[in-house]
Amino acid sequence: MASIISSPISQKLAKASAAPQKRIARTKLRAEGVSMVFDQDNNRVAVLDMVDLEVSEGEFVCILGPSGCGKSTFLNIIAGFLSPTSGQVRIDEETVRGPDPRRIFVFQERGVFPWLTVEGNIGFGLFKLAKAQRAERIAHYVKLVGLQGFEKTYPQELSGGMKQRLEVARALAVNPDVLFLDEPFGALDSITRLTMRSELLRIWEAERKTIVFVTHDIDESIQLADRVIVMSARPARIQRIVNIDMGHPRDISSRRYLELRDGIFEQIGLAHKV
Amino acid sequence: MNSMRQLGNWEKYFWPLLAACMFLLAWHVLVKWSDTKIFPSPISVERGMAELMYKGVFSQYIVDSLRRVATGYLAAAILAVPSGLLLGCYPSAASVVDPVIQVVRPISPIAWIPVAIVWFGVGDRTATFLIFLASLFPIAVASMNGAHNVPSIYRRAGRNFGLSPAKLIVKVVFPAALPQIIIGLRIALGIAWLVVVAAEMIAVDSGLGYLVIDSRNSGKRYDLVVAAMVLIGLTGLGLDTAFRRMEKLKSVRWGFQK
Amino acid sequence: MLAGPLTHHSRLRPGSGWRSTANSLACLRSVGLITVLLGVWQVASAHQKVQLLPSPLAVARGIGELAQHGLLVKYVVASLFRVTWGFLGAAILAVPFGLALGWYKRPGMALNPLIQILRPISPLAWIPISILWFGVGDMAAIFLIFLASFLPLTVTAMNAVGNVLPVHIHAARNFGLRQDQLLCRVLFPAVAPQLIVGLRITLGIAWLVVVAAEMIAVNSGLGFLIVDSRNAGNRYDLVVAGMVLIGAIGLLLDIGMRSFERVRSVRWGYSED
Repeated sequence: MASIISSPISQKLAKASAAPQKRIARTKLRAEGVSMVFDQDNNRVAVLDMVDLEVSEGEFVCILGPSGCGKSTFLNIIAGFLSPTSGQVRIDEETVRGPDPRRIFVFQERGVFPWLTVEGNIGFGLFKLAKAQRAERIAHYVKLVGLQGFEKTYPQELSGGMKQRLEVARALAVNPDVLFLDEPFGALDSITRLTMRSELLRIWEAERKTIVFVTHDIDESIQLADRVIVMSARPARIQRIVNIDMGHPRDISSRRYLELRDGIFEQIGLAHKV
Repeated sequence: MNSMRQLGNWEKYFWPLLAACMFLLAWHVLVKWSDTKIFPSPISVERGMAELMYKGVFSQYIVDSLRRVATGYLAAAILAVPSGLLLGCYPSAASVVDPVIQVVRPISPIAWIPVAIVWFGVGDRTATFLIFLASLFPIAVASMNGAHNVPSIYRRAGRNFGLSPAKLIVKVVFPAALPQIIIGLRIALGIAWLVVVAAEMIAVDSGLGYLVIDSRNSGKRYDLVVAAMVLIGLTGLGLDTAFRRMEKLKSVRWGFQK
Repeated sequence: MLAGPLTHHSRLRPGSGWRSTANSLACLRSVGLITVLLGVWQVASAHQKVQLLPSPLAVARGIGELAQHGLLVKYVVASLFRVTWGFLGAAILAVPFGLALGWYKRPGMALNPLIQILRPISPLAWIPISILWFGVGDMAAIFLIFLASFLPLTVTAMNAVGNVLPVHIHAARNFGLRQDQLLCRVLFPAVAPQLIVGLRITLGIAWLVVVAAEMIAVNSGLGFLIVDSRNAGNRYDLVVAGMVLIGAIGLLLDIGMRSFERVRSVRWGYSED
């Protein structure tokens, strides 16, 4: 976990770790010693190496790392789509054995069903509800993500940002405890991405789900998360966990923001000048 | 897609072999059980094939069929690829010619047989003509679609570097469309193989198709009929496999990767 | 015409028929081309020394003659009847079979080589066997059409399953769908566009085969018309009339199937470029 090195980096980031935790929430998700080795054509590729993580209820956690480092694999494991080579994951003290509607995964792109309208997609997981209830839920989430007027539209007629919002709405409609997001804004342009981040935070504050968000974008992680889990390159280990002690809305030109950003830059080993 | 378990390497060979054995076994049992005097069992088919090989008919007839396919198919390819490319590059021309193609295409090559016989008589040339006809449309349409689907950024880059329209087609459109053209060529080869058998059953007197009909007509040798069918299947599969190997060449492989 | 290849016609895909908005002009030009070709045909046949081909007028008169004798409708119906039964029978069996082979890896692997060997065997090569089993008549023809349609449809269904995006299957599992719900609500809609195209193409193949089957194994239908007109009196005007009818009906069948591709809940599967 967080190693104590005496340097400007850790000083900047240590300030955050020292700040008092605001809420004493119970642990929602616990990953212990998760390792993953892939067997590809007689080549053993170690992707994850003894990763431990605890996430509290209602927390927004970002997993940050370069592309291909294994963070998506980790997310798939804790969501139950992959079995780890060793280690285990527990959600609500229950071992994770497979995907479950209580923890919904929002995929990178093209996750929405193209043969269903906006309404159809949002209502997809609601097959256990009565018709009236389902319609009400759908209407609520259409409004929440700002897709009013597009209820009967098919995804191919929506923009990338709208499709992403649709996917978030579909995920939220079944009222999951945890949301897993795997670089959901990766396919969008940077301007739309800024808007979508605010949207996501707005929705999170309204519904207070536990969110685990994977990204390779340093700014994104600092703008969104309560805690940023910085992962190393393959085989991925947790390099450092950074507490973001800023409240929302976060001023991205404030000194504190830039400090945190600097710290993570240096942690990853990037230069400040291009 | 269904199981998350990894497939062992041995399974690639085991399951097909198992299925093939079960199939042959079931065939054998059915023949014995129905006590048919005519329909051959797998063993008699195999003996039939050996007989054909021994008589030299095997190689002779296969060569005949392949020769007709080669001639008609190559002629069609030489004509259809450039025409298709041109039509794909100039949609205004395509929109004029397209309806004509749409009307003529559904006419089965088989339906052309009487006309072909009038024009070429019974024999090799009729078969070759029919194969030519049958291969023409799939190749032309594939070339047309391939050219049409070349991303405009490639064309613009070509023009940016000062290529004339003719050079553009040869140096940019053709290589870019090649993966799709190859798919069309492969499909057309499959069709050509189907047609040659049909043509040989009706309009010529050598080749694998003729063997199928002749074995029945002169002596109800159904073991030879089925043997010929198996040969047709294997040869057709061989042609298809050889073609798919071509798709792995580096200069076209890019077009087949997801 | 040498100006930029794809300036404003980028939506016109060859074979998409009559959908583009700049269509009326293209329509006219096509009609013009067809008329010119017919004219050339007419003139050529009037001047030929050896009777190579009947003129368009003779063919038109031939069609009229068939209509008069009631044979036109009779033969067209006979051919369509056989195609329908053979094709539908194959579709009902092959589609679920192919989907199952695509979904369950091991059976798919097991049967694939067998399928690859059976596929290149022309349905016509089955004629002796089908006559052996069914005698000369309707059933033999329907069996041939069934054979011709079964394997292509199976392969189409198998490939369609392979092309379903894994994210969709993961998402379905994530929302807690049982296996049967997953197959109905996700797999089937996901494969629908490819299945429909496959059905259309296979119907085209079935139509080609019915003609061949009729030439050999039955005594009614358009294929029979072609063979019979030649054998009983060298009536080449009727032969060509038969060919024209075959082409026209084949085209209508194709257009009919394409209309399924425009239904909104499958349209997503056809890329716009």
